[in-house]
Amino acid sequence: MNIHLKVWRQKQKGDSGKLVSYDVETDEGSSFLEMLDILNEQLVAKGEDSVSFDHDCREGICGMCSLSINGIPHGPDGATTVCQLHMRRFKDGDTLVVEPWRSRAFPVVKDLVVDRGAFDRIIQAGGFITSRTGSAVEANVHPIPKPIADYAMDAASCIGCGACVAACPNSSAMLFTAAKVSHMNSLPQGKAEKDKRTLAMVDRMDAEGFGNCTNYGECQGVCPKEIKLDVIAQLNRDYAVAKTKKFLGAAI
Amino acid sequence: MNLDAKIPEGPIASKWTNHRFKLKLVNPANKRKYNIIVVGSGLAGGAAAASLAEMGYNVSCFCYQDSPRRAHSIAAQGGINAAKNYQNDGDSVQRLFYDTIKGGDYRAREANVYRLAEVSASIIDQCVAQGVPFAREYGGMLDNRSFGGSQVSRTFYARGQTGQQLLLGVYAQLSRQIGLGQVKMYNRHEMLDLVLVNGHAKGIIARNMVTGEVKRFAADCVVLATGGYGNVFFLSTNAQGCNVTAAYRAYKRGAGFANPCYTQIHPTCIPVHGEQQSKLTLMSESLRNDGRIWVPKDKAVAEKIRKGQMEPSAVAEDARDYFLERKYPSFGNLAPRDISSRSAKEVCDEGRGVANTGLGVFLDFRDAIQRLGEDVVRERYGNLFDMYQCITGHNPYKTPMMIYPAVHYTMGGLWVDYNLESNIPGLFVGGEANFSDHGANRLGASALMQGLSDGYFVLPYTVSDYLARQGVSAAGKVKADAPEFIAVEKEVKDRIKQFMTIKGTKSPRQYHQQVGKIVWEFCGMARSKAGLEKAIVDIQALRADFWKNLRITGEAEGLNQELERAGRVADFLEFGELMCRDALMREESCGGHFRVEHQSEANDPEVKSGLIAPGEAKRDDSKFAFVGVWEYKGDNVPPQLNKEPLVYESVKLSTRSYT
Repeated sequence: MNIHLKVWRQKQKGDSGKLVSYDVETDEGSSFLEMLDILNEQLVAKGEDSVSFDHDCREGICGMCSLSINGIPHGPDGATTVCQLHMRRFKDGDTLVVEPWRSRAFPVVKDLVVDRGAFDRIIQAGGFITSRTGSAVEANVHPIPKPIADYAMDAASCIGCGACVAACPNSSAMLFTAAKVSHMNSLPQGKAEKDKRTLAMVDRMDAEGFGNCTNYGECQGVCPKEIKLDVIAQLNRDYAVAKTKKFLGAAI
Repeated sequence: MNLDAKIPEGPIASKWTNHRFKLKLVNPANKRKYNIIVVGSGLAGGAAAASLAEMGYNVSCFCYQDSPRRAHSIAAQGGINAAKNYQNDGDSVQRLFYDTIKGGDYRAREANVYRLAEVSASIIDQCVAQGVPFAREYGGMLDNRSFGGSQVSRTFYARGQTGQQLLLGVYAQLSRQIGLGQVKMYNRHEMLDLVLVNGHAKGIIARNMVTGEVKRFAADCVVLATGGYGNVFFLSTNAQGCNVTAAYRAYKRGAGFANPCYTQIHPTCIPVHGEQQSKLTLMSESLRNDGRIWVPKDKAVAEKIRKGQMEPSAVAEDARDYFLERKYPSFGNLAPRDISSRSAKEVCDEGRGVANTGLGVFLDFRDAIQRLGEDVVRERYGNLFDMYQCITGHNPYKTPMMIYPAVHYTMGGLWVDYNLESNIPGLFVGGEANFSDHGANRLGASALMQGLSDGYFVLPYTVSDYLARQGVSAAGKVKADAPEFIAVEKEVKDRIKQFMTIKGTKSPRQYHQQVGKIVWEFCGMARSKAGLEKAIVDIQALRADFWKNLRITGEAEGLNQELERAGRVADFLEFGELMCRDALMREESCGGHFRVEHQSEANDPEVKSGLIAPGEAKRDDSKFAFVGVWEYKGDNVPPQLNKEPLVYESVKLSTRSYT
């Protein structure tokens, strides 16, 4: 099958980029990223700079791949990363526009590669349960009801890819932040730092330049791990409680 | 080469306790004077970096991905073993130890394996405390499942994403230390060489993959946790970036490389679909519980299926060869991983393979669906069937799945002693990058256990001991402007320059594909003397061609993924030869290493007695009960073999049997 591509090319951070057209001959069994591999082999054969894109595990779990196809992060299929998208999803002769994540907080590094360091810094601000190596108690000391463990697991399945930010008209990182907050705040181990965690992560998120959540729900639509807006509701609740307690001077 | 394993004296069950008491400590007020480099941010590296930082050391941690959260530990699905005996089914430290030694076909070091089993329970405690959402029973207690043919249920899991959840636990602890300023994290940095000062590992040279800048980093010691080398095969279940460069560069600086030929090949992967394929995807082995594996008896029928002229379902029952059931009637489709993999290769080599490439066998659920109904099959395997359909476009409820074996783990690695220190003082190696715990074959759900054991519970103690022995007066004394650093940095820069100036015609990817094909063909599932000798010659020729005809587009300054791959492929082109040499040297079959010259035959006593089937790996304990450790002797000079004898005091060597 033949695919017409319009690929975002940008030499480095701060440069102005542009869409460049390429034709690629591929087959239906290839994954979308394998199709880009073919394009890159063509470019190298012609002596041109290959298209840089982030990818690693190619099995939908590491969260490294980060492309929009025709404006949709991770492409047209729901609940999938772009590395798991296959060319049989498209038709011979299709034109596909391939762009990096678009967000002020995710500056383009080169071509389709962006810098998602802001996500790391949100986690560094409070996305952890302080537990020094060696200090843990016996694992079965605290029973955790299965529904709570399952809820925590649903939230914890976030792969940190950033599609939620790329899809949001406000470039909000609420789904990402809320998933981590919900995972940790809902577990008994995470209660001790609940308020501190929630405030610190939201403050960091704001400082990184992500926008506010206005309930578009685009994030939920593109999330490859199907994380639901419910986690944002929990973040809002936990934030309100933490902020109130702080205002009233309650011990945190 | 000094291969003193430093195994502590005393009974096996008290070795680690006694040893920990003997390890030297660093005064809490002095810890901040030491700098430690950790390369890799997966389970072993991330856990070591976080734990050492918590203790008060200054840690610099490096990863090639854009975030430490993406290390390939994340892709492990099944689970993590621990001898908790929560199921009251007779598990114990002793049993986990024994199972691991036996599973490794008696080619691992006893003392290390015992320690692994010993600390396994603490790993689960640690992970739960961090908030890892393991599966639980309705009563709120942790759930377990049995895994990898084990007779006890000792595997803890978080749905099919156990590796991800454990890694995110590590990442959270690491992030906390980064936030506190105790760890300096270098994302998108690739280690390109190791620097020795007075024979001790004191730093690395790394390339900033965004700016292209090559920089020197000095410390008081170096921990490598850089994963396995499965990508030497080009196609494997590893992530695209996984490579051998850090370990191989250390080898070229004098570290011993142990057992490089020990690789594990998993039987149930989705077959290759074409030349442009970049990676193979693993499916759970549990599929073999209900699926029946077959190929057509007749080559002509197989060819019709390959060409799409015939539906698999149209093949009559008596025209099908259920080869595992035929050859191993007592094991059937559940034959051990290595046997199943090799049998699939044999029928494909005979021309009876299916899939468009001819490299595939059917895994058929027709009978299971008839027996159990589609709903039961969906309940058991629904997510795997969905994944298969997503990747292949075929519906496994209607037409049989196709599978083929793929590389997914490497047991070999840098040689380390009981302290996980290589023969280069101050160079520690953890996780898949070392050779220590799995012998010639790794058991399911044990890779995660080893990574976290090394990172949380071994390296923090042994690294401290090394630093204490160096003395506080030496702390922080080695600087990155020392002549040793300048010299190695120049070598690294020259090499990059050389890559860029060849200006040939072939991309790094093409060479990677070619070396992968050679290694897969001759040093994959079945190895022979003639094949390995040919592979060595072929790899040497390919390597010479690489340095003449490589083409890298773009520039060395700035992000250049072609250049990154070229460096990794250049090392695979040398390392592949080392693997073949090791496989050639090891004139026996053990675990994942199968020499066709050494297999059980119909008239062997073990086969006659029904203990094992014909065609299984035949060890030679009298000659090969040792760790093969290779010492670099110069470019295009054969490396030297050194041996660490394996002494078994607690378990008796026996023939591995799974009947």
